[in-house]
Amino acid sequence: MDRPKICERRDLNLKATELRLGLPGMDEPENQSTSCTARSNKRPSPEVAEDCGSWTNNSRICDADRDGEVQDRTPPAKSQIVGWPPLRSYRKNNLPKKSTDDGGGLYVKVSMDGAPYLRKIDLRVYKSYPQLLVALETLFKVTVAQYSEMDGFNGSDYAPTYVDKDGDWMLLGDVPWKMFVSSCKRLRIMRSSEAKGLSCQ
Amino acid sequence: MRDISAEVPGGGDYHPPCPDQVLENVLENVLQFLTSRRDRNAASLVCKSWYRAEALTRSELFIGNCYAVTARRVTERFCRVNSVVLKGRPRFADFSLMPPNWGAHFTPWLTAFGAAYHWLEKIYLKRMSITDDDLAQISLSFPSFKELTLVCCDGFGTSGLAILASKSRQLRVLDLIEDEVNDDDVDWISCFPENGTCLESLSFDCVEWPINFGALERLVARSPNLKKLRLNQFVTLGQLYQLIVRAPQLTHLGTGAFSPPEIWAQGSEEPDYEAAFSACRSLVCLSGFREVVPDYLPAIYPVCGKLISLNFSYANINAEELKSVICHCNKLQTLWVLDTVRDEGLEAVATTCKDLIELRVFPIDASEDSEGFVSEVGLTAIAEGCRKLQSILYFCQRMTNAAVVAMSKNCPDLVVFRLCIMGRHRPDYLTNEPMDEGFGAIVMNCAKLTRLAVSGLLTDKAFSYIGRYGKLVRTLSVAFAGDSDSALKYVLEGCSNLQKLEIRDSPFGDSALRDGLHHYYNMRFLWMSSCRVTLQGCREIAQTLPQMVVEVFTSESTSVKDEDEYVDTLYMYRSLERSRNDAPAYVRIL
Repeated sequence: MDRPKICERRDLNLKATELRLGLPGMDEPENQSTSCTARSNKRPSPEVAEDCGSWTNNSRICDADRDGEVQDRTPPAKSQIVGWPPLRSYRKNNLPKKSTDDGGGLYVKVSMDGAPYLRKIDLRVYKSYPQLLVALETLFKVTVAQYSEMDGFNGSDYAPTYVDKDGDWMLLGDVPWKMFVSSCKRLRIMRSSEAKGLSCQ
Repeated sequence: MRDISAEVPGGGDYHPPCPDQVLENVLENVLQFLTSRRDRNAASLVCKSWYRAEALTRSELFIGNCYAVTARRVTERFCRVNSVVLKGRPRFADFSLMPPNWGAHFTPWLTAFGAAYHWLEKIYLKRMSITDDDLAQISLSFPSFKELTLVCCDGFGTSGLAILASKSRQLRVLDLIEDEVNDDDVDWISCFPENGTCLESLSFDCVEWPINFGALERLVARSPNLKKLRLNQFVTLGQLYQLIVRAPQLTHLGTGAFSPPEIWAQGSEEPDYEAAFSACRSLVCLSGFREVVPDYLPAIYPVCGKLISLNFSYANINAEELKSVICHCNKLQTLWVLDTVRDEGLEAVATTCKDLIELRVFPIDASEDSEGFVSEVGLTAIAEGCRKLQSILYFCQRMTNAAVVAMSKNCPDLVVFRLCIMGRHRPDYLTNEPMDEGFGAIVMNCAKLTRLAVSGLLTDKAFSYIGRYGKLVRTLSVAFAGDSDSALKYVLEGCSNLQKLEIRDSPFGDSALRDGLHHYYNMRFLWMSSCRVTLQGCREIAQTLPQMVVEVFTSESTSVKDEDEYVDTLYMYRSLERSRNDAPAYVRIL
């Protein structure tokens, strides 16, 4: 069968089995030419940049077939083949991010001022703010109340806040529940004395 | 053409038209009803008289390769054209296999059309470069211009769109599909006619910058004929709501980001998305769903029962989330999804969508060693459930011959079969055999097959099947396959209807190339990259077939040198003209 062969190494490559400190691969010779040609894409995506390397030769695993020289390098990682799999760059650049969680759980960290360690809760278990607050109260054994313009923090010592997608600290309760679930990154139960600052916007 | 020197009745001489003239006049009237271009091509070959009559009555022009013919030749032959389809770069250019600035410019065509076809109404371009000046010129040259569709094009930006929108006042269709649109910071949405527009279709999902939403809202409000609207990802769900309540007559909707807006007026309630969708009683086609938050998917349940086409290919949803939608979609004919729905999701599709005609499953992670979420299990389920399937595109990491054979037997109406096993040279997952038998079964059992894309570990045997049974195949895509020249020879000798052949990274050389000499004039093009063709081999073709344009180039925008062992890329196509004069320096035309 006439398929591209994996290169054979000429020497024992003792270097590869050498014990040393430092990241692997640091001493390897830079054999790959790194001409990252601008392709017809006007806006290179991170994936295209990673595909760098002389892309004439990428499709052949080893130069040995062509020039008769045996190159002392490992074949390029498979994902470096240009244009393979055949997906248009527009589509590749617009793919959504892979989800890290499977099955729909949405665990966020919850911290409370003064508590020695954090907890984690699954936001998808709750259907509304009151349910969430009850859960928080149970976890930390404190009373936590939503802020309202009329009652302030309703006599409780603590105020529930969270960090949203943009990294901003927000007071719990302003947005609809579903929106909150999709934008909340972590929760923090703040002392109401500190939280007064938040509410005076 | 008519030379009747007829006079006012009662005075002067009357010369009856000669029989030939009568025939031509009758022919013109009859040929007007011929719409298929293949029929027209056939009719034009009957005799000179028919040729002339056909040329006079052809109103829709289709040019599959912009370099096969010049604009001048076209405008000299056809004089009453009102619609043009023009295609430029070959498909492998989409996968970064073609160096930049290769060609396919619209400008020279526009110049010729501007002079010859004053009443041009429709332009459809695919894989061509069109500039902002061109867009402006379209408005100037064609006073009754109505429809512009650009697919996979580049070279233009929002400033060109602004001019087109404001000057072509009869514009009905502006569809931008997977184009690269430059952002010149121009608010083009505001440029449509103030008093009302004729817009029926507006698609801008590929525009990668925010648009003026207020202007869009007003535009929708003053476009009573709007049926198709495809938004980009900068339109939020809340904004979408505001649009569809104003346009419940929509039949095709591409949502923007299917997630709630960042800024929300405090205290207000979320809009009733479900009610808004319910009100769209004519909605048959849904797409978009960028940045989807699956909690909001129930909003579309009311329209699912009528949906013919659903495009979830940018939506990262899992099997459960897909199931919740698909269980209502029993009329669905076209479905595009991401492989995140897994085999389980595809099983649900197979259970409900009995009328499915087209399925495309795209990978969320398009790399060779990605995890791969769909497999032969999903393909088999679809084969068993969707017996009317005609077109499939399936990206996966593992596959079996058995599953492909099952599809070939259960789906005899298959016209398009494109299977992409992403790991190169991968054999049958269970038996470790090559995928020859599977693809063999497809060409054997699917008598209507016209388009085939192969992948996985394939020996010459697969190609002998294709050559023997793939008699109707017009488009064939080959990558990392075959053992020797014999494979390509089987195809070139056997596939008598082959039009487009694109091959990459396969061990085919000059001997095989020579074998197609008898057929190349019947083809639109041949593309071979990273194969074993030499410069000399290509030269031979060029010398033997004077009407083939044989282009060779390397991947790095440098010229092919005489001493290179193999040619990086060979792209050749038939042409009525001499070789083009707009090729960049790195392209060698032999």
